[in-house]
Amino acid sequence: MGRIILTEEGRHEAPSGTGLWLSAADALHITGWELKPEGMCRGALCVPLPASATTPGEVDIAAFWAKLGAPVVSDGGEVWSLGVAPQDRRAALETLEAPDFSLPDLDGRMHSLSDLRGKKTLLVTWASW
Amino acid sequence: MWQQLCAELKDSNFTVLAIAEESRGAETARPWIEAAKPDYPCLIDVDHVVAARYGMVNVPQAVWIDEDGRIVRGPETAGSTDHFRRMDLATRTMAPEDMTARLAARAAYMDAVKDWVRTGRHALDADAARAALPEITPEIARADVHFRLGLFLREQGREGEAAAQFAEAARLHPDSWNMWRQAADLDAIGNSGGPAFWARVKALGERPYYPPPDLPGFPAGAIG
Repeated sequence: MGRIILTEEGRHEAPSGTGLWLSAADALHITGWELKPEGMCRGALCVPLPASATTPGEVDIAAFWAKLGAPVVSDGGEVWSLGVAPQDRRAALETLEAPDFSLPDLDGRMHSLSDLRGKKTLLVTWASW
Repeated sequence: MWQQLCAELKDSNFTVLAIAEESRGAETARPWIEAAKPDYPCLIDVDHVVAARYGMVNVPQAVWIDEDGRIVRGPETAGSTDHFRRMDLATRTMAPEDMTARLAARAAYMDAVKDWVRTGRHALDADAARAALPEITPEIARADVHFRLGLFLREQGREGEAAAQFAEAARLHPDSWNMWRQAADLDAIGNSGGPAFWARVKALGERPYYPPPDLPGFPAGAIG
């Protein structure tokens, strides 16, 4: 069935393989980071990779994630969960720009917080439990 | 109650955005949303993405966001109080004075929101808003990935493995009632109000379950 990679943006699939080694194309699609000679890059930012975490055209995303200081965990098999580094989460909040998100309503229609720009908004959580 | 708030503020430039932290999905939330007949958007957050991004640990918590999309009050308890901790568990009833105090607190919270919408009062300046933001520790960040993995495994019918992931999430982020209660409802919705829940509430001791917001009408410190 291949690997399942869970991120905050959603669920992704990748072909079976060793650990969380991904092709450069899959890595870019799933994480937004691009494998370049200087390391893994997103926008202007490049993070060098240890030699053990890359081969031509492939990258060990678990090792890269650890290098970012971001959490990664697996079920011991083919399901992986990639998280956000705590310092990135905190930095995003400290801008005071309300972190955006898109979620469905009961009918499956997607809404984004940013759709409400221009209104004072009380963002409130609840649950049935 | 949010519908009433929206109705009262319908001529103001204001909306509620309600997020159901509901890992069981939309159908679990549907009866409550349909009963509320909301004019405001009610979204379903199966993976608790909003809680993770804002550092929320319980429900109801709210964030005040101004017209420019800026946080003017970070996550805080949205009108609930700890009076429930003193309820008679046999009859599930609260003393009349506690019921009164509880409703008064809720009204005080609604009044503060209305005041903010109409006058701008209670919005924190940038430094104060920043200072009130929750800490995001490495343990919390790790809890998030275990929780998400647990949700996926549960959906796949791998309940035992899911429970282990939820347990690890709760261990890493003990302050998160959101995570703990979603894990505790493995057997049945509503189970999370059972003995394990009450034992965990009792273990808080002097610490609040619903920390009161720093707003008029909310005495500092826990009740019960």
